[in-house]
Amino acid sequence: MKAITAVNDFVIKFANVNGSGSASANELFAKAILRMGVPVSPRNIFPSNIQGLPTWYEVRVCADGWLGRRGGIDFMVAMNPQTFDADVAEIAAGGYLFYDSTRPLPKSKFRDDVRTLAMPITQICNATYDDPRQRQLFKNIIYVGALSVLLGIDAEVFEKLIGEQYRNKPKLYEPNVRALHIGRDFAREHFGGEPIGLAVRPADAVGDRIFVDGNSAAALGCVYGGASVCAWYPITPSSSVAEAFEKYCGKYRVDAASGARNYAIVQAEDEIASIGMVVGAGWNGARAFTATSGPGVSLMTEFIGLAYFAEIPMTIINVQRGGPSTGMPTRTQQADLLSCAYASHGDTKHVLLFPEDPHECFEFSAQALDLADRLQTPVFVMTDLDIGMNQRLCAPFRWDDARAYDRGKVMSAKELEAGKDFGRYKDVDGDGIPWRTYPGTHPSKGAYFTRGTSRDPYARYSERGADYIYNVQRLLTKFDTAKALVPQPIERKAARATRFGAIHFGSTAPAMDEAIVALEREGLPLDTLRIRAFPFPESIADFIAAHERVFVVEQNRDAQLRSMLVNEFGIDPARLVPVLHFDGTPITARFITSSIARELRGAQAPTHPAEAANA
Amino acid sequence: MTYLPKPKLHHPSLACNALGYTRRDYEGKISTLCAGCGHDSISAAIVRACWELAIEPHRVAKLSGIGCSSKTPDYFLGPSHGFNTVHGRMPSVLTGANLANRDLLYLGVSGDGDSASIGIGQFVHAIRRGVCMVYIVENNGVYGLTKGQFSATADIGSVSKKGVVNTDAPIDLVGLALQLGATYVARGFSGDKEQLVPLIKGAIAHRGAAIIDVISPCVAFNNHAGSTKSYDYVREHNDAINRLDFITPRAEITVDYAPGELIEVEQHDGSSLRLRKLDTAYDPSDRVAAMTYVHERQAAGEIVTGLLYVDPEAQDLHTHLKTVATPLNSLDAAALCPGAAVLDKINAALR
Repeated sequence: MKAITAVNDFVIKFANVNGSGSASANELFAKAILRMGVPVSPRNIFPSNIQGLPTWYEVRVCADGWLGRRGGIDFMVAMNPQTFDADVAEIAAGGYLFYDSTRPLPKSKFRDDVRTLAMPITQICNATYDDPRQRQLFKNIIYVGALSVLLGIDAEVFEKLIGEQYRNKPKLYEPNVRALHIGRDFAREHFGGEPIGLAVRPADAVGDRIFVDGNSAAALGCVYGGASVCAWYPITPSSSVAEAFEKYCGKYRVDAASGARNYAIVQAEDEIASIGMVVGAGWNGARAFTATSGPGVSLMTEFIGLAYFAEIPMTIINVQRGGPSTGMPTRTQQADLLSCAYASHGDTKHVLLFPEDPHECFEFSAQALDLADRLQTPVFVMTDLDIGMNQRLCAPFRWDDARAYDRGKVMSAKELEAGKDFGRYKDVDGDGIPWRTYPGTHPSKGAYFTRGTSRDPYARYSERGADYIYNVQRLLTKFDTAKALVPQPIERKAARATRFGAIHFGSTAPAMDEAIVALEREGLPLDTLRIRAFPFPESIADFIAAHERVFVVEQNRDAQLRSMLVNEFGIDPARLVPVLHFDGTPITARFITSSIARELRGAQAPTHPAEAANA
Repeated sequence: MTYLPKPKLHHPSLACNALGYTRRDYEGKISTLCAGCGHDSISAAIVRACWELAIEPHRVAKLSGIGCSSKTPDYFLGPSHGFNTVHGRMPSVLTGANLANRDLLYLGVSGDGDSASIGIGQFVHAIRRGVCMVYIVENNGVYGLTKGQFSATADIGSVSKKGVVNTDAPIDLVGLALQLGATYVARGFSGDKEQLVPLIKGAIAHRGAAIIDVISPCVAFNNHAGSTKSYDYVREHNDAINRLDFITPRAEITVDYAPGELIEVEQHDGSSLRLRKLDTAYDPSDRVAAMTYVHERQAAGEIVTGLLYVDPEAQDLHTHLKTVATPLNSLDAAALCPGAAVLDKINAALR
């Protein structure tokens, strides 16, 4: 057996029991590596459960900075007897298994091609602590301590982090540091003679990047973007958006002297009520948003249609999870594109933004609030569980203090008084966007009756065909206007000219970036286009036209983005080759690389049987 | 039809209120409801209440759901912004609108199908939260726009126009509102404007969730023998417990009542509610007693009308949420955006 050897480039996975307090210890481990200047990308793989079911934390350490999930496990910390066998089976040949050896296990439980590192953690904890809770919690810090020695990370890095973590609870500092050293001492004594092949060495590859989860970033974007009303209903994986919004508002939006709050947050009775409140607040001139996931969007659909037709600004942050129905509530997918882009009955189309990471979650959430006001329509921020609930290394948040909120076309009392013509649903500027008034603006001018029924340009109820056509055609003009206002796609040219391209979006980006480099190395260069919004700017059609075949990489079964491209541009479907990953785990560079390489090399097993027939 | 404005002309002798407006300034478009519809009487009562209180019409936001009742906001307060939302969901839209601008008066108009059937959840939760609003249910026990199906407030044994007998238990919106903590609960009858107008005025002055269930007969589908929501039935079974006089802070009190028959309640805005008690045993400041009384009379086949409960010390959702006095929709970036320097600190803490 040849042991895996790697410096700053490996994957370590922690197998834990949900509710055992492992999350903070695992996060401490990941952060310590970051502090060494080495990029990491951790991912929580957790069940829909509070206590008892298996949970994993997979940390990719990568000096090259690839932040997508790699696939394959080099080092397993197996702390969950329930999943022990599967966890052991998952380790790559030559890898390492660290486990709690308190209870003896038969030899059949282990593998010859995996090096075993046994530590009687429960026994040590029981001997050290009297309190049952401490016996459980410190297990986690103890294994982190042992790992730090195995991987060659200095104790000071951890001690500093523990100090920061318990800045406000100094009593907890000492016992945590003590537990850390119990683990370190054991590892030095028992594993010291034969170092393992994996190591972390100080580097300088992190730069000024920040380490944050997308849900917090989206919430902060809503704070900076001026959202003052948030109505929501708890649903995994989006709940932490509203919770983070509340936390940030409590810090930055409360008048210190009076305690008065420059925000209102309501946890509604369901998603229908939450979006209803957002509609009401948006109609009344406040910036309002909700955060939800697929099942919530399904419930909100009637209101989304109303907001589209009555032209009411609102922002919906959709942290996508595995569907359909309850689906895989704690797994990731990009499977709500169609249900959001065309949400509600009748002819409807909505603006979607696709952030690639927490940095863009911040940017796009703030921008969504501007776009919603400018376009007077619902705007979705289409993030997902992979971005939303995992901490990710990304560019620091930026804000220009000179930036003003774009409140769109709002007619003032002064303009009304001066006799400016007000037709709530009248296109006076040629961009399809009408003017609106806030309720209560002027004693006798500018009032109108908002409704989801058809009307003439002056908001008067009408079932005349001509009035209806004028209105819905204007909505299309408005949608065209949106194309230039939304974040534009980003193209990356291959080092040499190629007939092939790949389109991707959202959380696929880090895996895609890595895959492209790998494919180039294999002599398969591809140009890529990262789509960042719907409606699609014409540059996307140009990109497709410039390539013979374009792979469309997505994390859903039905190639939803591809369908939208075909639908919106009228493109020959045969030219768009789907590359689909939808098992609920984040897509990997290995998957993309092998799928595309197989296609390009003449494909024994195409990824999409129907496609083979077309091609 | 509904887009037809009423002619602006009016008789020069029409009285003006404190703002110099005539009643006509509070009207809306021509109603498209059936002749004799109870809802039009309620619209007229709203017009009169707002005119008498000298409410600035444009400072009212009127919201509704779907149904005959929900069309009515187009027929009163023309200078107000209105929002005809989706079926059963007016309360959430009103809640959000109220959060955005606490300075306007929020008038929600709904029906029994809209509030008791499809919208029961939102009706319940808006009351629970104490949203400051006047919530009027125009209750006729029937789906008018879809031609005569029972709603959830139809009484057991009530007979539809087609002769079907209702066997489902009715939802009592007044009983629900009392139980859920509404701080102003009244029931009126569209055929009794003298009672209804002051009930609406009292609700407008109230600083909390004010619910008025107004029995409003449907002349087209629920005004026949066998209906318990017909004009004749309600007139025969109406148990009016009190008559309300609404007195604004600036109005001179000119009428005196004999002691023992009168309760005076001063609300937060300084206005007074003067209740002429018709039933001496009834105490509108006692929520539990109110619930018992309403249930007792209901069991006896009577419909209790009047001001059933009022808490003059009511608090609203904004109080609970500690929102700033300035309407949220008028806060600018200076108030909402923490700025680049704070963001740098946030970034530093995430490394």
